[in-house]
Amino acid sequence: MIRQAVFAILAMAIGFVATPAGARVKIDITQANIEPMPIAVPDFIGAQSDLTGLGRDITGVVMADLDRSGLFSVIDQRAYVEKLSSVDVRPRFADWRIINAQVLVSGEVRPTPDGRIEVATRVWDVYSNEQLGAVSFKTPSDNWRRAAHKVADFVYKSLTGEDGYFDTRIVFVHETGPKEKRNKRLMIMDQDGANPVLLTDGVNYQALTPRFSPTQQQITYMALFDNRPGQVYLFNIETGEQEQLGAFRGMTFAPRFTPDGTRVLMSMERAGNSDVFQMELATRRLTRLTDNPGIDVSPTMSPDGRRIAFTSDRGGAEQIYVMNADGSGQKRISFGEGRYQTPVWSPRGDLIAFTRLYQGRFYIGVIRPDGSGERLLTESYLDEGPTWAPNGRVLMFFREASPGAGPSLWSVDLTGRNLRRVRTPGDSSDPAWSPPLP
Amino acid sequence: MNVNISMKSIGAVAVMALAAACSSTSSTGPDVAATDNANAPVSSIVAGSQEDLEQNVGHRVFFGYDQYSLSPQAQSTLQRQADFLKQHTNVSIQLAGNCDERGTREYNLALGARRAEAARAYLVSMGVDSSRISTVSYGKERPLDPRSTEDAWSLNRNATTTITSAGA
Repeated sequence: MIRQAVFAILAMAIGFVATPAGARVKIDITQANIEPMPIAVPDFIGAQSDLTGLGRDITGVVMADLDRSGLFSVIDQRAYVEKLSSVDVRPRFADWRIINAQVLVSGEVRPTPDGRIEVATRVWDVYSNEQLGAVSFKTPSDNWRRAAHKVADFVYKSLTGEDGYFDTRIVFVHETGPKEKRNKRLMIMDQDGANPVLLTDGVNYQALTPRFSPTQQQITYMALFDNRPGQVYLFNIETGEQEQLGAFRGMTFAPRFTPDGTRVLMSMERAGNSDVFQMELATRRLTRLTDNPGIDVSPTMSPDGRRIAFTSDRGGAEQIYVMNADGSGQKRISFGEGRYQTPVWSPRGDLIAFTRLYQGRFYIGVIRPDGSGERLLTESYLDEGPTWAPNGRVLMFFREASPGAGPSLWSVDLTGRNLRRVRTPGDSSDPAWSPPLP
Repeated sequence: MNVNISMKSIGAVAVMALAAACSSTSSTGPDVAATDNANAPVSSIVAGSQEDLEQNVGHRVFFGYDQYSLSPQAQSTLQRQADFLKQHTNVSIQLAGNCDERGTREYNLALGARRAEAARAYLVSMGVDSSRISTVSYGKERPLDPRSTEDAWSLNRNATTTITSAGA
């Protein structure tokens, strides 16, 4: 039994300086060419000497989050001139301007009367001498990493206007053993690779293609058995309990929750042909959405619930199709050369990410739901299976960099320039990004 | 090639032995004359067993890239499997569809199901009762050859026949 309790962290605005209505510093993350914003993040002050180490650890996580986003350039702490004594004291802005910081993040870790910690943070515009925002999180001290991610999310939102994605988790397939007889188990970790925990034992099946519920601590995935068709399962992250989603003679696979979390879209195979179906979780009622002699797989619903994108080879090679949520109006939207697979609708609704195969190379790309504006973001021997950060600005996927190389997780922003390897314990594939944690 | 033949039903198995001998030169023509071969070597392979299937019939058919159509060679292997199944009427089989690694997991699971079904449909068309055949797809998850080469991919695009309940 696995217990993955998620502690709610209450955010409170803290007083002292009013947040100005219009911030002077602003990152427009929709722009194609962004210079990373120079930002200073001195170690969070320990209000007591025994909290100094914790303050430093929190700062390290905040800095790493901001750096990985590609939007910030964290200035080396050794260059800092002013040593802050309290988060509630106005900084000497000239001391931060002199090291070319545009933004200063100050913070303090305090004990609370009930034995937890309070992490207080302020974000300062160094050039306008203004506070851009202030927030405080209270949490048990062993939950400090989540508090740090909340701080990074707050900084991100203060400067971009968009929700951050740092206080999130990734579920993925942890792979061990030889390729012919591979052990594939589900693992969950924080978005930055910390706290990896195995979810399945993988003794009798390979766990594939996990996906988060948008509303609950729940995952849907496919279990690939020996000698019987693979089936879609539900897995409760908090209790470790799992159940097969219906019992079918044919294989069920490629599951994905609808954005409201009430249904699971999937493919089901009957007599060798795969079509798209939808299962209502409350009633377990199954509805057929496509009925085509071609292969129809990898359904994904738009965030407004009105449309579904999927892969079909009905026109020859695999391409992306979009249809209405009831299966009507099926229409091809991708027309490039090669093969298009694994469409995934952005949580913002504006783009569909996909895997493209072309002349022996694999690409991760995005395309608008009307089929316009296709852009390829990555390329390698095998790039597969994109998943969106909940704010729709970053993708994670898995890569086999060269023939025979083990799979690893990577993230890329929508410009394609901020490509980073994601730290995992060992070979990893099929990442799925969680919604923001409660 | 060392051809093994069981003690039972020597005459019929000898036909398959000849076919298997042909397949060693990769020309698995179905035009093998049935002849009794009393001098064939004798081994402990049980007729109607998985070993019999693998050694004397052929338990795997191969496919082109992103294809599930049966080549003439695949059809002749399946023809021999149909004969084998008609001879060993208590045998049930499972057909597993497999793919190379040059596709995504989800699509390859669907493609593997197509390959298993193509082989199943052929056996049924040759008169094998469909109740004796089950299918499964492993997509690209169970490669026969772990290498990342054209040769390995050719081997990994297959439908593999496994005996699930053996007869006499």
